[in-house]
Amino acid sequence: MPTMPTLAATVRRTLTIAAVALAAALAPGVACPAPKLPSALVSDLALGENDARVSAIGALAATGSEAALDLLQALQDGEVQTAGDTVLRVRNGRATDAVTGEAVVPLPPSRDDVVPNNRVRRELAAAIAALKLASPDRATRLAAAQALQSGADEEMLPAIERALAGEQDPAIKALLTLTRATVQLGSPDRAKRIAAIRALADSRDANTRMLLLPLVEKKGAEFAEPDSDLRAEAELSLRAIEGRLATGEMVGRIFSGVSLGSVLLLAALGLAITYGLMGVINMAHGELMMIGAYATYVVQNLFRSQLPGAFDWYLVAAVPAAFAAAALVGMALERSVIRFLYGRPLETLLATWGISLILIQSMRTLFGAQNVQVENPAWMSGGIHLFSNLVLPWNRIVIIGFAAAVVVSIAALLTRTRLGLFVRGVTQNRPMASCLGVPTGRVDTYAFGLGSGIAGLAGCALSQIGNVGPDLGQSYIVDSFMVVVLGGVGQLAGTVYAAMGLGIVNKFLEAWSGAVLAKIAVLVFIIVFIQKRPQGLFALKGRMADG
Amino acid sequence: MQRRIVLKRLALSAALAAAGLTATVPVHAADTIKVGVLHSLSGTMAISETVLKDVTLMAIDEINAKGGVLGKKLEPVVVDPASNWPLFAEKARQLLTQDKVAVVFGCWTSVSRKSVLPVFEELNGLLFYPVQYEGEELSKNVFYTGAAPNQQAIPAVEYLMSKEGGGAKRWVLLGTDYVYPRTTNKILRAFLKSKGVADKDIDEKYTPFGHADYQTIVADIKKFAAGGKTAVVSTINGDSNVPFYKELGNQGLKATDVPVVAFSVGEEELRGVDTKPLVGHLAAWNYFMSLKNPANDAFKKQWADYAKAKKLPGADKPLTNDPMEAAYVGIHMWKQAVEKAKSTDVDKVIVAMAGQKFNAPDGFEIKMDEKNHHLWKPVFIGEVQANGQFNVVWKTKGPVRAQPWSQYIEGNDKKKDEPEKK
Repeated sequence: MPTMPTLAATVRRTLTIAAVALAAALAPGVACPAPKLPSALVSDLALGENDARVSAIGALAATGSEAALDLLQALQDGEVQTAGDTVLRVRNGRATDAVTGEAVVPLPPSRDDVVPNNRVRRELAAAIAALKLASPDRATRLAAAQALQSGADEEMLPAIERALAGEQDPAIKALLTLTRATVQLGSPDRAKRIAAIRALADSRDANTRMLLLPLVEKKGAEFAEPDSDLRAEAELSLRAIEGRLATGEMVGRIFSGVSLGSVLLLAALGLAITYGLMGVINMAHGELMMIGAYATYVVQNLFRSQLPGAFDWYLVAAVPAAFAAAALVGMALERSVIRFLYGRPLETLLATWGISLILIQSMRTLFGAQNVQVENPAWMSGGIHLFSNLVLPWNRIVIIGFAAAVVVSIAALLTRTRLGLFVRGVTQNRPMASCLGVPTGRVDTYAFGLGSGIAGLAGCALSQIGNVGPDLGQSYIVDSFMVVVLGGVGQLAGTVYAAMGLGIVNKFLEAWSGAVLAKIAVLVFIIVFIQKRPQGLFALKGRMADG
Repeated sequence: MQRRIVLKRLALSAALAAAGLTATVPVHAADTIKVGVLHSLSGTMAISETVLKDVTLMAIDEINAKGGVLGKKLEPVVVDPASNWPLFAEKARQLLTQDKVAVVFGCWTSVSRKSVLPVFEELNGLLFYPVQYEGEELSKNVFYTGAAPNQQAIPAVEYLMSKEGGGAKRWVLLGTDYVYPRTTNKILRAFLKSKGVADKDIDEKYTPFGHADYQTIVADIKKFAAGGKTAVVSTINGDSNVPFYKELGNQGLKATDVPVVAFSVGEEELRGVDTKPLVGHLAAWNYFMSLKNPANDAFKKQWADYAKAKKLPGADKPLTNDPMEAAYVGIHMWKQAVEKAKSTDVDKVIVAMAGQKFNAPDGFEIKMDEKNHHLWKPVFIGEVQANGQFNVVWKTKGPVRAQPWSQYIEGNDKKKDEPEKK
């Protein structure tokens, strides 16, 4: 296929038109007419082979019309269907003819979706971006300029220049200047090349590095680029870009460490109370998390069926629901099994392990062995684009914030409230607390319920980043014990430090040695650490430690 | 004394039943054929294997409704090896020696297959294995109805290299750390090298089983992809796919920039994922639920009805996938082979299996190879759609013959393409 237009060619052509359209849009009072689209192009677009589709996209974009942009956008959004030879735009159950724009009533019964593949989607994105450069809306133009950053070439230059000339906004101008610079890098004019290299030093795109690298590389004994001034400039620009990329990478590493740490922290916090404070080796801790996750799932389904309008906020209701569900199960466990086993760690371990198996199997019977789908609310999808090579995903940010909030409220609960005082009193000296009239049995139940409820909260958080299935808890139970033991039993602050430390160490090791070795290294480190310091990072001091 | 009398009576009635004299007994051991179903119904693999048990039972119901095999009903014996590899071998032995089943349908992971293999060979049993795998195995006692590497992995990589697939130049081979991904990646590395890809353009990465934090991996893929057009080949297994795909979506790695092709991700695995950010990522299989052909329509309807009738979990959104189709094809082919052999005797059935044909839901009349115990299969490459289904973007013209011994592994050229006869 020698005549296949490339992406660049498409963009080039559309850009030229776009620039013209932009000029037209800038001139006041001149409205763009929305002519009928050429029917051959439309049917190529919807019914043709991929090669035909790609050239149709180019040709449609070249018309520069609103209608073309509209149709391409519809194709991207999956709103184009075909019924026989007719191409339809279907939105909310209403169809219009893609060529004439007239309504088609009634809806043809058998319709096929037009589904683009990756290649067609790429071309679509470029064509839409080029068309949108002419948009009067600043945000749209900005997005379009960003989309154009990769995939420019020399023949696009005049079009970019024209768009630049008409553009007023500094941010968009900067983006277009960068795009122009990537193109001018290959220019025969030495001055232009040097200017381009200088301009590229401001680039935030990792791909720019790949454009500059060949300029400073050696081919055999000779430099690939004979001009030494050019080389020096390229070195400078490269260093600036690499510095920026390295910063991005480091921030990303620390962020992912903190994020992993916050997940570990949430998983371990409940255990820090049930095991750390109360001394119950609760092997069913993971399953309490699992119950929290399933509670989230149930709430999500309720919202979907009862309150579809408020679906994005189902988490607000899911958090207390997860806490309550897990806390109730935990309190029932404490009343029915665990309270008879206080002070007998081995029996507790076996009994709670048995309970964990029962819980897993009952969830499997109730909800099935397959994982269930917990959708992220829209505001938790995507992320903040911090550097070109770094996106901080919203769901991770929310979980870090959530973990912090849980820690603060637990700390407040334990140190500032009457219940917290009782819990601390009972766990430190049970007979004395009892003598002073504290109902130790009930406090035990509440404390265990609290620990379980926090496990439920962890489950709610985990449902946003991982799987929700009957085995969810199994993969976290070892990690949770690891964190609590490392942090020092009976210490909330120790748990926080241990979780964050493990998270960050793990992430740095992973980048250096791969995920499998990192996991092994962390386990080895903890074994050695516990050998040397059995009481963990932070030990209780004084008489309390013996109790 | 009394016990002995009871025993005698039992023996007598059994003998009578065997002789076919007791016509009044409705369903008795002797006028049924027992078939074993060996899939994990608990433990980590339950996610994937439970539906295979269900689809096998569905096919047995279907066969029984049409009069059974050789005039006898099939009687399923379902056991649960609980995702525990040694238990697979134990349960297989129990099926073959105690229950005396004529055939076993089962296993998912390669490690479970490897652990039952000696049992089937020792007792001369018959196993139908329905999952795509790494090859490098050929047993007289096993029929492989899933894909060998040349029916899945290699076509997928070739597609990504093509213009239509994006013309990838650099490759990330990402997998869970066990035998299937390691072997597949070994084959792929050799294949890529034969296509002129340099070692520095291949990045091989593994994660532990059940890995849930893919932040670093996705960040590394991004970094690697800055060096040229990159594609990711994922052999991540089961559960871990959900956090991996969620991370891909959230970090904004789009399929148009870096496509990810997966070999263990099907409709069922995507059930737990919000697929909107994943549109365009790929999977290579030999069957997709979205295929349009009469056999598949019938298969999907049959499954939806069965799931509803049995109140299976997830029946509100019944999904079919590749291993389910392979399991379904396997049991039907076995039935045809038994009818051809006029016996359930393992050796006779093995002979009769050669060249069996079946109109499969993949839209082709597919054939069991005369020699190598593998199915001829069409290969499809699909892109994930927003509704969790796959849109087929590439397919072979027809079924492809399996090569269990990949030519890209050293020494395989000397291996025979059929099982050793004992």
